[in-house]
Amino acid sequence: MTEQGVRWTAEQVLALAPDAASRKAGSKLGTAGPWSESGSGEGTVWGLCKGSGSRPYQTVVDLADAAGPAYKCSCPSRKFPCKHALGLLLLWAEGDGAVPAVAEPPEWAEQWLSGRRKRTESKRAEGGGSSAPGSADPEAARRRAERRAERVTAGTTELEQRLADLLRGGLASAEQEGYGLWDETAARMVDAQAPGLASRVRELGAIPASGPGWPARLLEECALLHLLDQGWLRRDRLPDALAATVRSRLGLPAAADGPPVRDRWLVLAQYDTVDPKLTTRRIWLHGAESGHTRLLLSYGAAGRAPELSLPVGLALEAELSVFPGAGQVRAALGEQHAPPAPAALRPPGVTTAQAAARYGDALREDPWLDSVPVTLDRVIPTPDSEPGAWQLADAEADSALPLTPSARSRPGLWRLVALSGGAPVKVFGECGHRGFTPLTAWPEGPGAPVTLC
Amino acid sequence: MNGSSTEPTGQALALALAPPSWEDLVTSALLGTDRRPPAAAVPGREAPVALLDAAAVVTLRRRAGLRPAAAARRPVPAPEDTRPALPAAAARRLALLLADRSGGGGGGRRGSSPDLMELLPQWLAAANAHGYAAPPQALPALLDAARGRTDLRPAALEFAGPRALWLARLNSDWRFALRSAPGGGAALPDSEDGEAVQRLWQEGLFAERVALLSALRAHTPAPARELLTATWATERAEDRLMFLDALRTGLSAEDEPFLEQALGDRSRNVRATAAELLSALPGSALAARMAVRATACVAVDRTGDSPTIVVEAPPECDRGMERDGVVARPPAGRGERSWWLGQLVEAAPLGTWPGRLGGRTPEQIVALPVADGWQGELHAAWCRAAVRQRDAAWSRALLGVPSAPEAGGPGAVSLAERAKLLAALQDGERAEWVAGFIATHGLSEAFQLLGVCGIPWAAPLGRAVVDALDIARDAGSYPWSFSGVMGLAERCLDPAEAARLDGLLAIPDEREDASPGAGGYWAEAFQRLVSTLRLRAAMATELSETSPSGAGTQPPEAAD
Repeated sequence: MTEQGVRWTAEQVLALAPDAASRKAGSKLGTAGPWSESGSGEGTVWGLCKGSGSRPYQTVVDLADAAGPAYKCSCPSRKFPCKHALGLLLLWAEGDGAVPAVAEPPEWAEQWLSGRRKRTESKRAEGGGSSAPGSADPEAARRRAERRAERVTAGTTELEQRLADLLRGGLASAEQEGYGLWDETAARMVDAQAPGLASRVRELGAIPASGPGWPARLLEECALLHLLDQGWLRRDRLPDALAATVRSRLGLPAAADGPPVRDRWLVLAQYDTVDPKLTTRRIWLHGAESGHTRLLLSYGAAGRAPELSLPVGLALEAELSVFPGAGQVRAALGEQHAPPAPAALRPPGVTTAQAAARYGDALREDPWLDSVPVTLDRVIPTPDSEPGAWQLADAEADSALPLTPSARSRPGLWRLVALSGGAPVKVFGECGHRGFTPLTAWPEGPGAPVTLC
Repeated sequence: MNGSSTEPTGQALALALAPPSWEDLVTSALLGTDRRPPAAAVPGREAPVALLDAAAVVTLRRRAGLRPAAAARRPVPAPEDTRPALPAAAARRLALLLADRSGGGGGGRRGSSPDLMELLPQWLAAANAHGYAAPPQALPALLDAARGRTDLRPAALEFAGPRALWLARLNSDWRFALRSAPGGGAALPDSEDGEAVQRLWQEGLFAERVALLSALRAHTPAPARELLTATWATERAEDRLMFLDALRTGLSAEDEPFLEQALGDRSRNVRATAAELLSALPGSALAARMAVRATACVAVDRTGDSPTIVVEAPPECDRGMERDGVVARPPAGRGERSWWLGQLVEAAPLGTWPGRLGGRTPEQIVALPVADGWQGELHAAWCRAAVRQRDAAWSRALLGVPSAPEAGGPGAVSLAERAKLLAALQDGERAEWVAGFIATHGLSEAFQLLGVCGIPWAAPLGRAVVDALDIARDAGSYPWSFSGVMGLAERCLDPAEAARLDGLLAIPDEREDASPGAGGYWAEAFQRLVSTLRLRAAMATELSETSPSGAGTQPPEAAD
């Protein structure tokens, strides 16, 4: 593989930034000016960045690790990666000789790199025997699982009681109570070690303020929460796969123990959802051979970008193992055989009618599913009759999928409309009961994917 | 998506009972099952629980039954952009420049890294010179940038091309693009299509007609004038003024009869504009009349020890002068005779003076002493004439030697007038003059003069600016006293000069008389200068890369 082949694109690098401010600061440092003694080789990039102080910052990035890039910088920033690491990578991405390929990293970089790789090695070695502590005392593990199941059962029973009380008194009263009621209930679910229930309950709190038609939406979500409670309470009577889905929806830990599938995985989309405590990154992958669509999740604590970054348009040769559960698309990244490299692959697409049917089918296996990943072929972004609303209309048929309300207000919508210019495009996104959320689009002719999220 | 329309009637379902209607369930849920029990009670199940059971079934049935909606009317496809695609590296650069837009400029101290937003105008001009098409997905950010900065609009909209106008019709935030485009976004008729031109000229809105006239004038000045002549008598006074102004482009002797006739216009502003345009045509009858009047006032007196210019200002402003655009009433505080003199000299062809003043060259004329304190008035009028007639020889003479202690210009020549005089010189000569000026007088007065120099700066000018900055640093002041010139240098210095600046990047040892910390700030400012120059060099290379069509893209594989 040539050096050029593995150089990232600027978009890939910017996707690593923990926030918009870092992205901006990083872009400014992505020029040769402040850098000296920079170099790259064997999946690492290093350089000295002249800052405001007298001593330049020492910045090293290790891109070779399958688990995502690792950074080291002598600056005091708490951002991760810091602007220096981003700037260095941007400079390297330009590939114009600003960061030359050098055989040996300087000593200050080498120290950190070798230390880090040694740690990774030893961790991997431990990982090989990681079942050891668990299997050493299967009895203790079983007892722990039982205790947790008991607490979850108590939690679901309490939630059932609260839902029944709510409906007995009427949802109208819930509107008056506001978030307080739901926050308190959510806290009880956290105590019951059922984080999946807690987050669903918290989301219920936002519905009464979500505009006309909220009682119907609140009833829908209450009913699905009830269904989840009931699923847990009767899990011994469910098929194994559905029981696993219930456990994962409740937020109980599970290992990605599906058989590893090796494929060339094309990155379809990567986007973050941010709340004050946690950044969740979702990465959609499409298997060139298997045709599977898989989801990788990666988390970052407040102020840190999630570790895994797989920019759109790259493909990686790797093994993925799915998590247990019926119709499960979430997977864990296993062994990586070749680093991500730009690929001209595009996923095959379907019509809007097929997309809607696909969501319906998927509900059979996971009734709590809000949307499914779908690629639409030859659709035209079209203004809907309602002002501000948009739909994706089939170029050939007279049917269309409306965009979700949240997708309308994103800048990505206008990139999609501009890319199309009234002509058909291929769009990957999430299709569900709220509508379609476009995430990535390809022009009809040749052209790189355009991210919309 | 539509809910399946069969909702209330229900289908055979796995439930033992016919499912209750969704509306019924929602009503019960909203009011509470105590107040309004659901229609169908289930034995052995509490009412609220039974309600949730039924709601779960109906919810899933609804979701699983979702079908696509009917398609709305699809937008008319955007017109094709036939320009070649941007090279991949340049497309990435554009994305970076546009991404920087959000935060730029906000009060904080400028660090050592380049101001990307400031480079956007330059980038756009270069991309337009190459004739590239904008990548469609960049259009929204480009339109947003142009929305915030009106100075960017012409270049941004040219680069954005036809698809941006198509896009602007769909988003009211970008209306300005339709207004800025000639003819409100509607294409102007082909100048060959006489009928369409006539129709738009006769029936169009005022803005459309101005746009049409300006566009025609740029390519075919004579037919454009004829178009205006035909309807001249019926136009309103303020419209006539705007139309007349459009004739500035492509002005030639052929326009004289029309302009001469406009000197008799009812509106004073129209008369004044016509006179101004005529005086810019040295061969015109008006210019000849003005020459006669002006030369009557200025002569060389040889009676003294050395030849001296004597001035006899006109005693009155007659009707003929007024018809030729001379304003009779001076502004408050000015004597009327000197006011008339200034206007006569300004409008007289400069070519008449050597003959009148003893065959002297402009340099010799400017060097002559002027009697009775008329020098300021006379030289200022010659300056205005040189600017108006774009006369290089007179401009050079009036500018004088840049290193002259009197700040390079005789008498009452202000910085602004000097900048205008410089505009009449060739690029190289202009840069040379400003370089000489900076070498003698430093940077504090140079900002305005630098603004009229061609970009990138010629080598002597660039060197003079860098040397002056170096001197300013050694003098111990802070770099932000020179932030205007620094900013200009970042944008205008030839990127090839970057290598010569390396010596300035180090932080010098602090001297006792220097402002505290100034050395570090200067190093930072020079660093920003160098990195901006490097960036500009990279930008230029990226844009001139010859790329295959569909650059920045890979052909799709037969994956689908």
